[in-house]
Amino acid sequence: MNSKTDNAKAHTCCGGDNKVSTANEAVKSETHAEQVSASSGEVQLNIQGASCASCVSKIEAALKEVSGVTTAEMNFAERTVLVLGSSSSHALIKAVEQAGYNATLANTDSDEAAIEEKEQADWAYYKKLMRDMVIALSLGVPLMLYGLVTGEMSVNTTTERIVWLIVGIMTLGVMVFSGRHFYVGAWNSFKNHAANMDTLIALGTGTAWLYSMVVVFFPGYVPEMARHVYFEATAMIIGLINLGLALEIKARGKTSEAIKRLIGLQAKTARVIRDGHDIDIPIEDVLLNDLIRVRPGERISVDGLVVEGQTSIDESMLTGEPMPIEKRKDDEVVAGTINKSGSIVFRAERVGKDTALAQIINMVKRAQNSKPPIGRLADMISAYFVPVVMIIAVISALVWLNFGPSPEVAFAIVSATTVLIIACPCALGLATPMSVMVGVGKAAEAGVLIRNGEALQSASKITTMVLDKTGTITEGAPKVTDVVIASDHSHNDVLSLAASLESGSEHPLAMAIVESAKEQGVPIHSVTDFQSIAGKGVEAMLNSQRLLFGNEKLMIDQGIELHHYIDKAQRLAADAKTPMYFAMDSTLVAVIAVADPIKSDSIDAIKRLQHNGIRVVMLTGDNRLTAKAVARKAGIADYVAEVMPEDKANKILELQREGEIVGMTGDGINDAPALANANVGFAIGTGTDVAIESADITLMRGSLHGLADAIAVSKATLRNIKQNLFGAFIYNVAGIPFAAGVFYPFLGILLNPVIAGAAMAFSSLTVVTNANRLRLFKAKEH
Amino acid sequence: MMIWINLAGLILIGLIVWWFWLYQAQSTQIKDGSIEVLVKDGVYQPANITVPAHQSVQLMFVREDATPCAETLLIPELDINETLALNKRVTVTIPASSAGVYPFHCQMQMYRGTLVIK
Repeated sequence: MNSKTDNAKAHTCCGGDNKVSTANEAVKSETHAEQVSASSGEVQLNIQGASCASCVSKIEAALKEVSGVTTAEMNFAERTVLVLGSSSSHALIKAVEQAGYNATLANTDSDEAAIEEKEQADWAYYKKLMRDMVIALSLGVPLMLYGLVTGEMSVNTTTERIVWLIVGIMTLGVMVFSGRHFYVGAWNSFKNHAANMDTLIALGTGTAWLYSMVVVFFPGYVPEMARHVYFEATAMIIGLINLGLALEIKARGKTSEAIKRLIGLQAKTARVIRDGHDIDIPIEDVLLNDLIRVRPGERISVDGLVVEGQTSIDESMLTGEPMPIEKRKDDEVVAGTINKSGSIVFRAERVGKDTALAQIINMVKRAQNSKPPIGRLADMISAYFVPVVMIIAVISALVWLNFGPSPEVAFAIVSATTVLIIACPCALGLATPMSVMVGVGKAAEAGVLIRNGEALQSASKITTMVLDKTGTITEGAPKVTDVVIASDHSHNDVLSLAASLESGSEHPLAMAIVESAKEQGVPIHSVTDFQSIAGKGVEAMLNSQRLLFGNEKLMIDQGIELHHYIDKAQRLAADAKTPMYFAMDSTLVAVIAVADPIKSDSIDAIKRLQHNGIRVVMLTGDNRLTAKAVARKAGIADYVAEVMPEDKANKILELQREGEIVGMTGDGINDAPALANANVGFAIGTGTDVAIESADITLMRGSLHGLADAIAVSKATLRNIKQNLFGAFIYNVAGIPFAAGVFYPFLGILLNPVIAGAAMAFSSLTVVTNANRLRLFKAKEH
Repeated sequence: MMIWINLAGLILIGLIVWWFWLYQAQSTQIKDGSIEVLVKDGVYQPANITVPAHQSVQLMFVREDATPCAETLLIPELDINETLALNKRVTVTIPASSAGVYPFHCQMQMYRGTLVIK
């Protein structure tokens, strides 16, 4: 692609040069007025009017002159140009127009347009297949009925030869018109040393037709009893398989409903405030830091931070959280969610492909196409399937010819044709991906983002779920509950000093103390030499005094006497509070306790997990007594307290050594190593943190019910895949021998090729329909 | 007579094994870092592509086959899955990879090809 562009650049001709500079100046001033900011997006434009390769350099130059554009590279062969940088698409289009060409926004970036195009293409293909089906069955059905009614489809007289020759030519017409794609596909595959479903259909129908024509032309070479024609089989099989494919397309459309729904959440326009005026612009043109007004009932267009107003926002479509969330200044709003009550103005923080919604769509699409390991066996079989079926067809024909009853030739032809037709590699190939497509989409609807098929499969096997305490089981927003003074300092002094020390820390407990100080209006001073002591606490200097804040271990390490305050701390801990010691120089000043309330639905969600036979283990860096109290309240029997961050990952390995399949749930940042070590890492997001790299599964809402939902959906999906695979295997394993006539000696019947064609056509439809059943799955009922 | 028929049958089986499994198909060498792959009439054209090791290249797929099966391109070993829109050029970037044979195929494995990195 690049070489074409480079070549194009080497030439110079064409008019329009004189327009470029003035055009660019105009565009430059315009884009400045549009408040260009430092986003890094890409825009693809379709170019019209570029008739010679040298236009490339002009168009590229015009685009590069637009403020914010870092690179512009044109593909002359495709007449497209890819622009990287931070300008709005309409500024780019205008630049191209002013350079003397026309440009439109390429719709490759628009998911909605892509879906629409796909639906149109599918619909056109569906109509073609239905038309092919009608034509084929128009010949096949009367022929089959004739055969059934008269029982006479043999060639004995000259008149019969002429009639059947005409029917044979009509059947050839059906093969060419309605079945062309099978024969062309088969021939192309053959040339490539490959074989596929087309090969089987082409060989099966071709054999039946050829044999029938041999009977018509050379009846004398065929035993009298075998002078039977199979034109009805050829036409019926082509018709039925086309019907099956058409119905499969319809059924497949339903499997992608979830992704269509997600794409439909994207707003098309945004009301941007520019130069003091509200203007509606396409969301592709929204720039970083644009101020956007949203009125009640409207959809949030891009991700951003509220700068004005107060409202409640329905985020259920992304997170599954049914209750609207209150939003005020500095709160985050997410594209695709709906503003319920008030009017707000927010600043665009993430636009285009960077929005949480765009990332979710991308992630779900990728996951839907990925395969879990369970599908590998089917893939391996698929790779050898068609040639093996061809060999079975040959063996079957030989066995009938050698050992079959009279007419041997007819039995051989029927059995070989039926073997080729009944075998269905498609059902095997579709079994896994169709279920994954629906299952991953279903999970996304419940606010559960599954990274890939492997995560989906592993989640269904989890035997032990490890939960981080803070922020996972609990709200993660602790509050100061007790300040036990151990010196002659006042309550406010203690809070002020502790908050000054903790203001440098981002630990949730530290934030609780700072928050409490702010609420009570006590001063917070600047400290120096702040140092965090991993797993123990923090220290810093304030006015030549050393402040220490942390757990019992820290105090013991520093040789600070705790006296009877240990008992007090233990009593606080037993009440599910986290006591911490605050010391100044070498003297204990106070015991400060904070409590982090358990999320309202954590207990129910944990019960759901346990009810499904999953052992739940709580891990926390908190002290034993607090951990015990929280675990008791949450209904968890197994807990590990005072775990250093790095030990969380080791604990996961330890559980795995015990034979457990371990899921780990944490916040995705502090728990990254543990999430990575677990068989399945679940990250609890906040509705926007969708790209949590270390997680296999991201829960978009804070509730642990998302965890139970994720496991329930993955179990249901795996069950569905197994049903599909079992059905596809059994169908082929039973169908092929039946078609070959293995049961003929016992039952005295040989499968009709037409019935084999119907079975084949509907076997893949059955797989897709079964996968579609997953759409009805409701996680919470299980 | 039956001997000849049986012999012909066995030869046919042998030919199937040779043609579909044993034959080493010719591979198309990628030039200028990119190649166009046509997805049409049941096959990728070219289906066997040779790519230099440790060098990123681009495969530009153009799907002209409306069969839904052809819509998804999977290169499992490289963790690549891509949706091929009908009658659109979709560029798939193959990251610089070590030498090996990397099969690519559609969702149902009816369309198949191999990427030989060496």
